[in-house]
Amino acid sequence: MVPKLNFYIKVKDKVLWLKLVIHVSALIPLVNLYFKAFNDQLGADPVEAVIHFTGIGAFNLLLITLMITPIAKRFKLGYLLKTRRLMGLYAFCYGLFHLFNFLAFEVQFDFYLFFSEIFERPYITVGLVALLLLVVLAVTSISVIKRKMGRRWQQLHNFNYLIVLLVAIHFYWSVKSDVTEPIIYWVITLFLLRLRIDKFKSWFN
Amino acid sequence: MLIKISKSNQLNENSVTDENIYHSRRKAIKQMGFMGAGALLASSFSNQAQAGFFDDEPETFKTTKLNFTSDNNKELIKTPEKKIISHNNFYEFGTNKTDPQEKAQQFNTNPWQLTLSGECDNPHTLDYDDLTKAFPLEERIYRMRCVEAWSMVIPWIGFPLASLIKKAAPNSKAKYVAFETLYDPKQMPGQASRRVGGGVKYPYVEGLRIDEAMNPLTLMSVGLYGKTLPPQNGAPIRLVVPWKYGFKSIKSIVGIKFLTHQPPTTWNILAPKEYGFYANVNPEVSHPRWSQASERRITTGGLFARNRIATLPFNGYGEEVASLYKNLNLKNHF
Repeated sequence: MVPKLNFYIKVKDKVLWLKLVIHVSALIPLVNLYFKAFNDQLGADPVEAVIHFTGIGAFNLLLITLMITPIAKRFKLGYLLKTRRLMGLYAFCYGLFHLFNFLAFEVQFDFYLFFSEIFERPYITVGLVALLLLVVLAVTSISVIKRKMGRRWQQLHNFNYLIVLLVAIHFYWSVKSDVTEPIIYWVITLFLLRLRIDKFKSWFN
Repeated sequence: MLIKISKSNQLNENSVTDENIYHSRRKAIKQMGFMGAGALLASSFSNQAQAGFFDDEPETFKTTKLNFTSDNNKELIKTPEKKIISHNNFYEFGTNKTDPQEKAQQFNTNPWQLTLSGECDNPHTLDYDDLTKAFPLEERIYRMRCVEAWSMVIPWIGFPLASLIKKAAPNSKAKYVAFETLYDPKQMPGQASRRVGGGVKYPYVEGLRIDEAMNPLTLMSVGLYGKTLPPQNGAPIRLVVPWKYGFKSIKSIVGIKFLTHQPPTTWNILAPKEYGFYANVNPEVSHPRWSQASERRITTGGLFARNRIATLPFNGYGEEVASLYKNLNLKNHF
């Protein structure tokens, strides 16, 4: 008798596997990055390297987070929505490392310099505002808080659209001369926001 | 009769992997590495974090040993050679710090011509051999301060620009000296593509007042760490002005011209509010992008190197050069 083969994977397992992939793909580059940086194997200036890597990584993860809903809708893959929080939290995590790198390795805990840089350099100010907003979203992503907030939770988390715009500005302003890469990021950002045009319109009706 | 009994773990000649296969395997692993790691965090930055993992040594530019008198300054801790030749702003080869080392190894420096012209009595041209033979070479261990607020200590080999200028015999109308980098888009990808070259208008040009150019500190460098310059550091000949931000120290020079007026300079054209003609290192005048009060000195040690130090006026060379700017408001003429 031939055993019955079942290729169908339960939705719950799909989400589980997907989350596992996200954990691994987000954590391995970070571990690799700091391992090399501590051992002086990350080029001549490991400080610049870790700042850029975590910064661009946070932006990438933020954009991926924003891609999930449109993809889930388009391809009718509702379970994808269950990975949004994890993705968003990793974007926040990379952003946190980005700021920590700046404080610990760039200005090396010179707090006077740290704060004067934040207030005097608009590109840093904008980046910090985005990160502070992300803190609020990360904290309120805890299930208990989410439930208690009810409708206001979604209103608050709509700030994600503002955050991604701030991050795009932060990246654009931080570049010294060639803006090709920031422009590509702008195009992707605006495309992802354009997909939500109906939502934005409804706010003003 | 000899009876050879092989041990079971002994390898025969025919079990040795063919060299070609061995190398192609390395290539295959390398490609796999890029695919895997690129999946989530694909970005143009990926090269740095992954570099070195599966890399074979790239074919490098050949440098040769130089004869020179040594600099006996032992106070400064030198930046390791490996870092000096792998962390470069040379947008002709791309805007990432690692681009020049990656893309400049095929750069051809011989034949080379450096032409001196303009307001002088003896315009002339130096050929490749002249660059290292026309003047006695000396080592100068200088601090190099980048406008991006990092710095290195580099043992340059070269000769004073003053020697070269004296040979050209500028006339009394010569008030400024203009420098120009090679323009060769075939060899310099940044000149062929605006995107690769960071939107800079090429050829790269720089300039000094003639008294700045004549200052004994101002060096024409042809080497570092005892050998001729690698291309990423400006082979075969570059300027080194240690009391100014690094972008003044123009690389791979083909032309030096004596002028009556102040010449245009590349970064000043690109962003006049950010980069001035003088560009003297000045902790009190901060750049819109970076505070210039302190800097990170790149020497050894990884991420934990506590290398932030105060930036000194004129990069610590005030004694030698401050008198050049007695009557100049350095806040306005940044």
